Amino acid sequence: MFGFGLFKGLLITLKNLILPSRLFTTHQYPDRKVGPIELAKFHQDWQNTSFLQFLFNNPIKIIQSLLGLISIKDRYPQHSRFRGQEFGWYENRCTGCASCAKYCPLGIIKIETSRSGIDLDEGQKYKVDVFDIDMGRCMFCGLCVEACPYDALFMGSGFEESKYFRQELNIDIDNLKNNDTKPSNWFRPQLEGKNYDPRGSGPLEWNQVGRHEKPSDTEQASKWGKR
Amino acid sequence: MPLKTEPVTINLGPQHPSTHGVFRLKVTFDGEQIVDAEPVMGYMHRGTEKLAEERSYVQIVTLTDRLDWVSSMTNNLSYVRTVEKLANIDVPIRAQYLRVICSELQRIASHLIATGFLMQELGTFGGTPLMYCFREREKILDMFEMLCGARVTLSYMRPGGLIQDAPPEFWERLKIFTSEMPGYVDELESLISDNEVVLARTKNVGILSDRVAVDASITGPMLRATGVRWDLRKAHPYEIYNSLHFEVPIGSNGDTFDRYFVRINEIRESIKLINQAVEQIPSGPIRTEIPYFFKPPVGTAFSSVEAPKGELGFYIVSDGGISPYRCHIRSPSFINLTVLKDLLVGASMADLIVIFGSIDVVMGEVDR
Repeated sequence: MFGFGLFKGLLITLKNLILPSRLFTTHQYPDRKVGPIELAKFHQDWQNTSFLQFLFNNPIKIIQSLLGLISIKDRYPQHSRFRGQEFGWYENRCTGCASCAKYCPLGIIKIETSRSGIDLDEGQKYKVDVFDIDMGRCMFCGLCVEACPYDALFMGSGFEESKYFRQELNIDIDNLKNNDTKPSNWFRPQLEGKNYDPRGSGPLEWNQVGRHEKPSDTEQASKWGKR
Repeated sequence: MPLKTEPVTINLGPQHPSTHGVFRLKVTFDGEQIVDAEPVMGYMHRGTEKLAEERSYVQIVTLTDRLDWVSSMTNNLSYVRTVEKLANIDVPIRAQYLRVICSELQRIASHLIATGFLMQELGTFGGTPLMYCFREREKILDMFEMLCGARVTLSYMRPGGLIQDAPPEFWERLKIFTSEMPGYVDELESLISDNEVVLARTKNVGILSDRVAVDASITGPMLRATGVRWDLRKAHPYEIYNSLHFEVPIGSNGDTFDRYFVRINEIRESIKLINQAVEQIPSGPIRTEIPYFFKPPVGTAFSSVEAPKGELGFYIVSDGGISPYRCHIRSPSFINLTVLKDLLVGASMADLIVIFGSIDVVMGEVDR
């Protein structure tokens, strides 16, 4: 029958409108309006209050949330391998070998080193003076992270780093030192083994992120000794 | 007394929402009919081939993501296969299976975009099928994020294998996806294929004969819609396609509807392929370790894969250095666009955008 296809299409649209399994993954950003149940769950997760306790203790908030006045900050779930901004850099791990700078397809990493004069008996360690990344040209391919032989450089998980001026996107060594080091799991299987989540867990110290555990001083002495 | 008429030349683009990039089309109309059409390409020329000449073989993988930005995975696959052929690098068998799974997922995503935007350009639905297609594509992009941390510019493959093995949650998500997807495809097809408005707008519109298609070396769903059974996965099997069973859907008429219909059926075949590959996938390493800056022997290599839009090939000339002497890209969108004039001349003004949308081009690949 001519015209039947249109009604069939309308039925499919209705099905997609009603069925909860067919809902769109629309996500309000950066704030999300929540109802009372979701609000209680949010507090349960983040402030360790129990579900029913919150509902009884905060009647005003529940009325507000029913009216659509309360919103929570919530981001769309993101995998821990996400390659994003806020590079994690560990000064203690970095030897200034500049593998990342060589491997960058765009050549936006600039490293300058000088002789530090410390650890003379183990071979001199280089001091990294300049570590500039031009984030305005970075395309987040992650090749610098792949190239780092000492696990000193990590991708981050952020994506909301818009700036008003282009020169603010140049990251220098002070920015890298002051960053919260929440490394992404991308190309770092040792972090995946620990089930580390850069968005849920806290920052990691330099001796927690290596491919191998750091040997203790006695192990080191027995293995290498003093030359 | 007859009215005095004369042809009118109108510019479509370069900035037009239906051109999937920046593409200009000089169209000459005689009343409602198109009498001449001249495509103007090059507005998006980014010099990918030239940039490849001063980057190392691994760094070029990041450039190939930007060619056809809705199917990065197959671009990566075609490039790394050429480098492996050039430098005689072996690929572990698990990596080959994962590559096939990824490229079939990417084929589904790309065909969903093609179908959704064709319906959007018909103007009949106001975006409902497009949103349904995007909802399914979102699941594929989430799976790609689990694999390689990015959603569009993936850079997942490397010469010699893959960057990382898939995490365990990827396989769970893939199982849910492959079980749900056939139902969604059936629903999408019944939404579109039975609709009288769509049929009236797409049947017998933009007919491409098989003779012209073969002469112009058209590949991909556009060629198969004309009735020619040519698929590189069957004709020259690469990776592990030999051990998988699938059919090559073909059309009969070569019109816009057939092009859409071939794509929908290819989504079904892709789901079958993924299911077989998931069953057969062995465990083992996923990457042959090669140096970051390696020097392949002097020589040339050409290798091509069946990308969602057609045959995507790379031709690399090596002079023994760390970067290629020449890197040529045989992109399906560019070749498929060359028959645009044959399709458009004689059609009416309202069918222009529909015909253009059914070719499914991405301008990043046309201008390279």
